[in-house]
Amino acid sequence: MQSLPAPSALERERRRYRRGRTAASIGVSLISTVVLALVMWWVVVRSPGWQVTRETFFDPDYFMAALPLVAQGMVTNLKVLAVAAIGVAVLAVLLAGLRSLRGPVFFPLRFLAAAYTDIFRGTPFLIVLYLVGFGVPALGLTDQVIPIELLGTVALVLTYSSYVAEVLRAGIEAVHPSQRLAARSLGLSHYGSLRLVVLPQAVRKVTPALMNDFVSMQKDVGLISVLGAVDAVRAAQIQVALTYNYTAYVVAGLLFVVLSWPFIRLTDWLTARQQAREQIGGLV
Amino acid sequence: MNAEPVLDLRGVVKVYGGTPVLRGVDLAVAADEVVVLIGASGSGKSTLLKVANLLERIDDGQILLGGTDISDPRVDVDAVRARIGVVFQHYNLFPHLSVLNNVTLALRRVHRVPKRAANDRGHALLARIGLADRAHDFPDRLSGGQQQRVAIARAIATDPELLLLDEITSALDPQLVGEVLDLVGELKASGSTIVMATHEIGFARQVADRVVFLAQGVVVEQGPPAQVLDDPRRSATREFLARVMR
Repeated sequence: MQSLPAPSALERERRRYRRGRTAASIGVSLISTVVLALVMWWVVVRSPGWQVTRETFFDPDYFMAALPLVAQGMVTNLKVLAVAAIGVAVLAVLLAGLRSLRGPVFFPLRFLAAAYTDIFRGTPFLIVLYLVGFGVPALGLTDQVIPIELLGTVALVLTYSSYVAEVLRAGIEAVHPSQRLAARSLGLSHYGSLRLVVLPQAVRKVTPALMNDFVSMQKDVGLISVLGAVDAVRAAQIQVALTYNYTAYVVAGLLFVVLSWPFIRLTDWLTARQQAREQIGGLV
Repeated sequence: MNAEPVLDLRGVVKVYGGTPVLRGVDLAVAADEVVVLIGASGSGKSTLLKVANLLERIDDGQILLGGTDISDPRVDVDAVRARIGVVFQHYNLFPHLSVLNNVTLALRRVHRVPKRAANDRGHALLARIGLADRAHDFPDRLSGGQQQRVAIARAIATDPELLLLDEITSALDPQLVGEVLDLVGELKASGSTIVMATHEIGFARQVADRVVFLAQGVVVEQGPPAQVLDDPRRSATREFLARVMR
């Protein structure tokens, strides 16, 4: 690297001007944010029912009391989420791979994969949950009691793999055909080119959409409470029923946000880093 | 001839991640002049064209377009870019728009020309580049040479003051290069101001008013093609020409 000459007076003046502009726009956005927050706070606090609302939703004592119980339930959510996420990843890649197969020989596989995604994307998750949660035990396949958490996990995997498979397929199709040509020209098989060349690029293209589905699934784990599992939502519900105070729901809501936040930031950071590495900069 | 240069670069410096790519380039382009930039890959030809169109921000120096300082951060960069036409190495046509709409997009959406007038102009341009019958095809249906001709038509549709051509034949088959270069020759004949980066030394000799040889981010030698290409004064120029003319 050569040492660069010191910037000219003209360039220093330009940089000063740009810095000034940046500072000005940061100032404007800060001020507008503070003003908006103040207006919202003022409207809420001045509303006639604010005192009652505060006592029923934001009571610090109930908050501290509910926190350990709801957090205990959140552990169940996390376990289900971890297993379901792996199941979804495997099944969705398989489905997307099947749908990307070319040639008439594979029509039955393509058709099955398409039918699967159509059916499970179309069916409301709650219905899938009831069908799996109550229908599968009713078959009496085993003498043991099937854990509710397991049934809930299966339902989650069934529904979310169909969403994620379609996202992945969109990503696969967004990879330029020349990439597939180049991969096949090296002698890679259809599977090899998909796994080593196409999918890595496809996943990068659809990372934000995949993250959407992940956060959405994290919240939908809460729905397994309808089968009777004690997760964060159900734990909060129990507290509300016992105390006639809704603060426990706020606790659960906050915990969900706190959990999803690191994932969202992490993917943003990864995407930005990848872009910096693989693309040259420029103004436009 | 107007004494004011159309494009005037003064001591332009551009640094990419600590590596200087342009190290104080001075270059003035007069009206109706055709300036051809030659030099090895990485000599700064493409970067020079990018900074001239404000697609990259310079790190020092000054760029004037028609006498106004366009490197001043207070200028409206979109308005500046609207005065300059650019043709890229890989055409960069919009695949979701028909050939006609590619050519008329800037007319309609930037210069607010009514649709009918824009289409008339578009058809006239397509006739001029010999593609009148392909107006409603999509770019991917065209050969590389045809696509590049459409890209040229798109760049000149708004009558820009300055045309920047960035290695526009490098991605083309040899037999398609001719049709694109013929079009550039026509543009020269009709009085366009052009700065082009190219590896086509023969074409440079034929079309250039001035040849500028760049190496390591500085202008090493410049002058009429007969002088720079046939009787170079600097050893760097001689070595470069010896390698590309082989």
